[in-house]
Amino acid sequence: MPPFVTDLGYLLPWQFSPTIFIITATAVTLYLRGQRALRRNGAPVGFWRAFTFFLGIALCYAMLQTYVDYLSAHMFWIHRAQHLILHHIGPVLVVLAAPGRVLRAGMPTRLRQVRITPWIQRPVEILFRFLQHPIIAPVLFIGIILFWLTPSIHFGAMIDTRRFIAMNWSMLADGLLFWWLMLAPRQAQGSTAIGYGTRLVILALVAIPQLLLGAYITLHSTPLYDVYAVCGRAFAISPLDDQQLGGLLTWIPAAMMSLVGIITVLYHILHDPEATAVRPRGRPSPAVQPAQRSDLGAPA
Amino acid sequence: MTANPISVSYHRPRPVAALLAAAAILLLTLLAGCARDASDPNDALKNVTGLVAPLQFQLTNQDGQPVTAADYRNDVVLLYFGYTECPDECPTTLAMLAGALRTLGPQASQVRVLFVSVDPQRDTTQVLKRYVSNFGPQFVGLRPDESELVDLSKRYRIAYHYEKPDKDGNYEVDHSSAVFIFDRDGRARLLALSDTTAQQVATDVHRLLASS
Repeated sequence: MPPFVTDLGYLLPWQFSPTIFIITATAVTLYLRGQRALRRNGAPVGFWRAFTFFLGIALCYAMLQTYVDYLSAHMFWIHRAQHLILHHIGPVLVVLAAPGRVLRAGMPTRLRQVRITPWIQRPVEILFRFLQHPIIAPVLFIGIILFWLTPSIHFGAMIDTRRFIAMNWSMLADGLLFWWLMLAPRQAQGSTAIGYGTRLVILALVAIPQLLLGAYITLHSTPLYDVYAVCGRAFAISPLDDQQLGGLLTWIPAAMMSLVGIITVLYHILHDPEATAVRPRGRPSPAVQPAQRSDLGAPA
Repeated sequence: MTANPISVSYHRPRPVAALLAAAAILLLTLLAGCARDASDPNDALKNVTGLVAPLQFQLTNQDGQPVTAADYRNDVVLLYFGYTECPDECPTTLAMLAGALRTLGPQASQVRVLFVSVDPQRDTTQVLKRYVSNFGPQFVGLRPDESELVDLSKRYRIAYHYEKPDKDGNYEVDHSSAVFIFDRDGRARLLALSDTTAQQVATDVHRLLASS
């Protein structure tokens, strides 16, 4: 019996965040508008593509703005499940749906024509390029998991609301950046694109520290994270059972997600004419011009 | 992403620079893990300065009077969540705190232990009054209503939940084990964990009284 929450209360935010509400509402509105506009233009969005996008958004929203928010602060394994969705599954779904085209079509014309001043655009581009670097991105992806799971930092993140929010935001943002770099078609990535071969290597490599960390947590014979005993657990479970479940969630699905990523990249390779181009094509794909080809392969 | 990628040209960070940056990120991660622990080597208790919200509440005390955090300014406050029918943990913790206050001697008059019930259904103000009087004059029983309790659990990020009642209608409540310690200005400073001793609490509270 959780405290004082009635049936529908589980779906309400435990701690309401206007930011999450506005971002989610904007994304959903733009997507719905884009779907309608594209249907009118005779290029409707496929059902499964839209479904994947909405599922990804709904999962992330549910992790942050329902009763899960409370549970994840008071149960280690639910916290791990929450991060599995925020850092892996949710972003993977959103990226696989490739919503850029639809969201753009859903923007009001005036918004689409807004020119961002170079003073803002330039630093954002430089930061984005840095975060999308094929060495930085995987190190950040693993580093951020290790950072928040360092016991002393984990304690602060669970007991301080601001750090807790920062933790969840950083996981979601990093998840979107990393899986965009791994799974988006090269043509969509523009000048930050990296080769599919590089992606396969990165995906295989990031699985290893996650496997090791998951095994370490699962097999550790004493509780690593005392904050759950200090602040109370959401329901009765022994600390070690909680830890082992959480460890398993860090261990097994992590490898599974790399596998999902590898399958997606292989799919890209098979379907991208340029990746397997034995015979040269007369016409390059619209987004990638020949002048840029040198930028697309593995980093020199 | 139909932006024309030709119009923007910048250079990708070099692998060496990227490797250095990556190494720096990893190193910072590791350092951050070690640094956070060394907050104040003098404190036996966990230092939570700046982490936990300041003391703030509106509750009903054991005499049925409405009280707020302002009523306890100028005292060091030890805040603990529990319930009177708690079989082991609450009496043990409260007894430990009583021991700490005895160690403090006359200084204990500047300390208040606020015992907030997580079981307001059974813990009426009379029940609370009888219960806390067992531990000493500095102990105050506070009774929240349901919404006040939810607010407190959000503010101090504590959990509690009710076990299934047995055939006599008795039930246990799982709850947090921490004692939050606030200085005279109501700022959260320390956290006593379940393995903390009375001597450690007395030493750290003494230091807190002296410093403010």
